[in-house]
Amino acid sequence: MNRRKYIQFLGVGSITTSVLWESCQPDKQDTTAAEPAFEVLEAGREAHEIERDKRLLGEQFFNEHEMATIAVLADIIIPKDEKSGSATEAGVPDFIEFIVKDIPHHQVPMRGGLRWLDLESMNRFEKAFVDCSQTQQLEMVDDIAYPNKVKPGMEQGVAFFNRMRDLTATGFFTSEIGIQDIEYKGNSPVTTWEGPPADVLAQFGFQDS
Amino acid sequence: MYDAIVVGSGAGGGMAGYTLANAGLKVLMLEAGPFYDPAKHSQQLFWPWQSPRRGAGSTRPFGDFDAAFGGWEIDGEPYTTKDGTEFDWFRSHMLGGRTNHWGRISLRFGPKDFKGKSHDGEGDDWPISYEDVKPYYDKIDQLLGVFGSKEGLENDPDGIFLPAPKPRLHEHFIKKAATKMGVPVIPSRLSILTAALPGNNDRKPCFYCAQCGRACRIYGDFSSSSCLVIPAQKNNNFELICNAMVREVLTNDEGLATGVSFVNKEDGQEYQVSGKTVILAASACSTARIMLNSKSNQHPNGIGNSSGMVGKYLHDSTGKALGGILPALMDRKRYNEDGVGGMHIYSPWWLDNKKAGLDFPRGYHIEYWGGMGMPAYGFGFGMQGLNGKYPTRDGSTKEAGGYGASLKDDYRRFFGASVGMAGRGTGLARETNLCEIDPNTVDQWGIPVLRFHYKWHDDEIKQAKHMQETFQEVMHNMGAEITWGIQGPETNWGLEAPGRIIHEVGTTRMGDDPKRSVLNKWCQSHDVKNLFVTDGGPIVQQGDKNCTWTILALSMRTAEYIVEQKKQFNI
Repeated sequence: MNRRKYIQFLGVGSITTSVLWESCQPDKQDTTAAEPAFEVLEAGREAHEIERDKRLLGEQFFNEHEMATIAVLADIIIPKDEKSGSATEAGVPDFIEFIVKDIPHHQVPMRGGLRWLDLESMNRFEKAFVDCSQTQQLEMVDDIAYPNKVKPGMEQGVAFFNRMRDLTATGFFTSEIGIQDIEYKGNSPVTTWEGPPADVLAQFGFQDS
Repeated sequence: MYDAIVVGSGAGGGMAGYTLANAGLKVLMLEAGPFYDPAKHSQQLFWPWQSPRRGAGSTRPFGDFDAAFGGWEIDGEPYTTKDGTEFDWFRSHMLGGRTNHWGRISLRFGPKDFKGKSHDGEGDDWPISYEDVKPYYDKIDQLLGVFGSKEGLENDPDGIFLPAPKPRLHEHFIKKAATKMGVPVIPSRLSILTAALPGNNDRKPCFYCAQCGRACRIYGDFSSSSCLVIPAQKNNNFELICNAMVREVLTNDEGLATGVSFVNKEDGQEYQVSGKTVILAASACSTARIMLNSKSNQHPNGIGNSSGMVGKYLHDSTGKALGGILPALMDRKRYNEDGVGGMHIYSPWWLDNKKAGLDFPRGYHIEYWGGMGMPAYGFGFGMQGLNGKYPTRDGSTKEAGGYGASLKDDYRRFFGASVGMAGRGTGLARETNLCEIDPNTVDQWGIPVLRFHYKWHDDEIKQAKHMQETFQEVMHNMGAEITWGIQGPETNWGLEAPGRIIHEVGTTRMGDDPKRSVLNKWCQSHDVKNLFVTDGGPIVQQGDKNCTWTILALSMRTAEYIVEQKKQFNI
């Protein structure tokens, strides 16, 4: 489908396109305060920080359609494997929802990138990204996941996917599931510090230093 | 009427208040921010998921769990710059001040640092020498605790050290690589208790969580709150008022200090308190601000400023960093690599500028980092710049970027393979680098604010270039690939803007000549004999060492001088 046809398609007003419309009109979003699932820790924090956290946790930036798209992308980027669960199991979409409110420079690239993805999906498959088959979704992602072999016209998609990959990875590996997955062994008081284990020193030839 | 009013509760104020209170003086300490006790308020041992932003620096520049309130900008308390100056001012209004933030790096200034001009003709000598300060360095080593190793280096004097922790794995790589090129690598010197501190039952030895920056619940490291102010509160003759923003020093007809006025941030009311001696330790720049704002008939240019030197000779350390990946550390065996809060090794400045033919004076030390630290916001960023460059587990090359199980595995492979380093060097104190009162701007309390004027000189820029060349060679020697930090002349080789290293000092420098200095060698105002400064302001010329240990030593020295002078009824 070419751009001109797509514009006409929007005019028809199918369910899919109405979702698209809403996603670009922030004032029509569901602004119902989300249930803060997160306990705001207050010890050792300034009043303005506590107030800000509570306010941000009570606001909703992404609409349902955007959140659904984020969830699909997050699990494509970090799926469940033999070692640990998926990005959505680790709560990555909720983290991304919070972090774009906390660090607002993510907002336009994320909202616009999601929109770009839907338009591209619409052009190719006449469906929003989340409504595409898994094969179609991966076909889309393959075109934006590899910066060094990007095809002309896909550069903006690559920029968006780089950001989505960053936020997904950070959200995952700072979650409880992710910390276990990466096997970070610290944050655990010990009475003595002995340096690296002997076998590690030997592996790198530092046993005598 | 107090014997002494101490303004500020950081390293300089904490030590002055502690010493004077223990000597029996009736002391009032005023702190511009809230009370803070690491035992109660630290976010030590929290996991990243306990922060909704996973530790990002959205409200705290050094991360969500960092102990320091405030930052580069504080709502309602601006500062300004002029003539295109780039200057960043980090403020932490809270009990303990910026000792809540600092890296615990506790280096003594050396003999040459006190007499730099005599050695190379640059800048000014201090009116005192290393031998004058050494007894106080010795005392604070024993009072507060610092680990390190005896090295016998001429300009990096040894202290009275607790045992130094063994190096981490990446630190072994760094040591081997740097030593090969003649850059010495020795154990770092941090004020962290690697063993029980003799005679102190309030503080417990370090449990190696690497989180000094979050403040230590067991007081295992030095913060002014836990080690000085809270212990001082055990004295009935010591009183602390928090959220007290000092406006000015009050004077009488003879021009002597009689007390201070402050605004209480809790009730918004104005207060005045009287004291026989006033000790300013609000931080080098805040102290200069208070003095310049304390105008009277006797002190038309601000209290203690007949020389016009208050605010001048402002100088911060130089800083430049780079980092990358050490492929040898990919796919590492996992173990607890936290260690103490900061580096276990460092490189003191090693060159003789003349013999080495250097085109800049003085030098820098090198700080190092790396290891399997706790993931936080930013973890994994930029994987598309890494995973196409290094062979996969089966030896093949993969396309950069990607997604899915293979990508997920890449994050595991690169965990703990990053290394980096930064220089911290001498920036020469210059009369033209300064802070002054902005004639047009006040803060939310109506207090005129500071305006900064600061330009790096060629000396500092050339030093940054030398840092970059040294770091490149260290990285190359250990087989690491630099992924960030290489810069060119257009950005001064990555030299950080003044203020960024948070070692800004020199605004109320000491000296023998009252026309060219603000304080005498006891940190006592030339003009007002019952006014003292015990923060970084008195420092004539900073070495390439972090300033906290010297601030503490000078503050204790001044406090003992005040006690002595009071006994002799001189003040």
